[in-house]
Amino acid sequence: MRLLVRRLFFYAVTAFIAVTLDFFIPHWVPGDPVQAAIASRAASFPPRATASLYAQFGIDTHAGLWGQYAHYWNMLLHGDLGLSLSQYPATVTTVIRSALFWTIIMVGVATIISFVLGTVIGTLVAWRRGSWMDGVLPVSTFFQAMPYFFLATVLLLFFSTDVHWFPDHGGYQFETHTIGLNAPFLWDAIRHSILPVLTIVGASLAGWILGMRNMMITVRDEDYVLLAEAEVLPTSRVIWYAARNAVLPSVSSFALALSFVVTGSLLTEIVFSYPGIGNVLYNAVLGEDYPLVQGIFLIITFVVLGANLLADVVYVFLDPRTRQEA
Amino acid sequence: MTASVSDMAEAPQARPSDAKPPAGHKKSRAARLPRSGKIWLGIGLLALFIAWAIFGPWLAPFDPGQIVPATTQRPSAHHWLGQTQLGQDIWSQLLAGARPTLVVSFLAGAIATVLSIVIGITAGYVGGWIDDVLSMLANVFLVLPALPLLIVVGSFLPKGKSTSTLLIGVVIALTGWAWGARVLRAQSLSLRNRDFVEAARISGERTWRVIIFEIVPNLVAVLAASFVFTVLYAIGTYVALGFLGVLDPATNWSWGSILYDATQGQAVASGLWWWYVPPGLAIALLGTSLALINFGIDEFINPRLRAAGISRKTARMIGAPRLRPQLGFTPVVRRPASATSGSHEAPDVVTTSQIGDQA
Repeated sequence: MRLLVRRLFFYAVTAFIAVTLDFFIPHWVPGDPVQAAIASRAASFPPRATASLYAQFGIDTHAGLWGQYAHYWNMLLHGDLGLSLSQYPATVTTVIRSALFWTIIMVGVATIISFVLGTVIGTLVAWRRGSWMDGVLPVSTFFQAMPYFFLATVLLLFFSTDVHWFPDHGGYQFETHTIGLNAPFLWDAIRHSILPVLTIVGASLAGWILGMRNMMITVRDEDYVLLAEAEVLPTSRVIWYAARNAVLPSVSSFALALSFVVTGSLLTEIVFSYPGIGNVLYNAVLGEDYPLVQGIFLIITFVVLGANLLADVVYVFLDPRTRQEA
Repeated sequence: MTASVSDMAEAPQARPSDAKPPAGHKKSRAARLPRSGKIWLGIGLLALFIAWAIFGPWLAPFDPGQIVPATTQRPSAHHWLGQTQLGQDIWSQLLAGARPTLVVSFLAGAIATVLSIVIGITAGYVGGWIDDVLSMLANVFLVLPALPLLIVVGSFLPKGKSTSTLLIGVVIALTGWAWGARVLRAQSLSLRNRDFVEAARISGERTWRVIIFEIVPNLVAVLAASFVFTVLYAIGTYVALGFLGVLDPATNWSWGSILYDATQGQAVASGLWWWYVPPGLAIALLGTSLALINFGIDEFINPRLRAAGISRKTARMIGAPRLRPQLGFTPVVRRPASATSGSHEAPDVVTTSQIGDQA
């Protein structure tokens, strides 16, 4: 448990740094972000929004820098991320909330599929070295090097534009379905998410395969694996013993991988016009909606930290040594 | 030093370097490098791209930004890859785009590598509270989602004027150094207590001198891998930023911004594949070349990964006994002495324990 406490402390520090960066970046860059934001918009920008913007960026207010920083924290702790510029009366929180749901489900499912599938393939490739399965590696390397959004575009072209197997955009058919726990909606949502999930799995699989394979090759030479084999245990059992130990680095390198997956997923969503965070972010960038961009960065960071914490819990569950320490 | 989850994960990575032959074997080690076909394929591809980056902008038949009254044209004898909706020549854009893409990525890779050397090796070698603080910093930057952070930074950068290449490179490097730093830290931890480092320290060498002349030379392979990985990361990030339109798209023709233009021009929906497939393929191939190089370096660092690079067919061809990878033993096939440098007479099959003995 001490491990988890230490990780919690680390995540708290990370969150603190993320919030601080989010506050200070607009201060570091030259120019007046508020004027830049307003200039590109119609003249009928409500003065209340302008004032709120100035308050948010902390420009021309009477409070000093630290006062503004404290104010920013205060807003944040009350769940207030400011007003969205491009969807003006809406607050950033409401804009993000609806999109976040779609992203977490879709990206979460894709990441889990990719992790499990990649780990299994990696195990098999390591166990059957020198066979045709070695050919998996160069192919998956090519897929990994391919930018997510390019893979997404190709899939879109083949499966949607050409043969119409899958819908080409959106998260569900909003004309005919209502969101809720009803079968037609769920089926439609799954149909819409197949191509994005396929993209994320296809592009991120290689990393898991490679990590697992390299680790399996190392673990294979351990004495306990040799012993298991000498005892003529069934092969599947031996693989299970080795894999349980080899998977640990994969779980703990989740943090690094997640940063990549998040990047890729954002782009994938944009290609498929999936109603998730990525799309909101894209439109926020196009519309120069600074508060929304900043808010999304914070929310994504928090979600990533949460996912990492989950990986830590899984790690403690998988590795008895971490439990013994407590 | 805190024994966090990540540290445990790195312990196995730190091992292969222990198995490295001492410096006296340098010659034979260098001779082993070309054996991997992957690394040469990767280097060849990369050389092609570098040539493209150097000469591409001069070879472009048209000014990539030149607007002529013509809407999206199919590829023709005159315009090999067709024209955008503004009549710009896509082939010229593609030729010109290699330079900014490669310059930014390699710049970012270089800066990030320097950062990771300074931070990673210092943390690993000096230890104590400095290690705690630096490791924490590296872990924070690993966990922070890089692209959203870069978008926040990028969207506040002044628009209009061309955003300078150097600035973009620095910003990408600032988000990309942490992985390398972590690996280097783990490696220098294992080097710190070796006899030759100890000897240098006892003979009164300054810390920075020990780091530069004793530690860094022993980490060259790891450094190379981390550099290649960071460049790979930088390419992905730079292309993504261009694709999102965060960087001013009109100022350079990086492949990311060509894709941005293509998206804005509804290229996918209208089936204008010649607009977005070539830059996408170019990026994928560039990435593959770097991934292949990294693959080769990995096999170079860790002999166990190399062993099975030999298929049954090749094994027969070079006259090695037929091998079935067995549990507990990683067979390593040495080619007949005449085929390589001929400097050592090694048995055909070496078990892992013997490799360990060499170290």
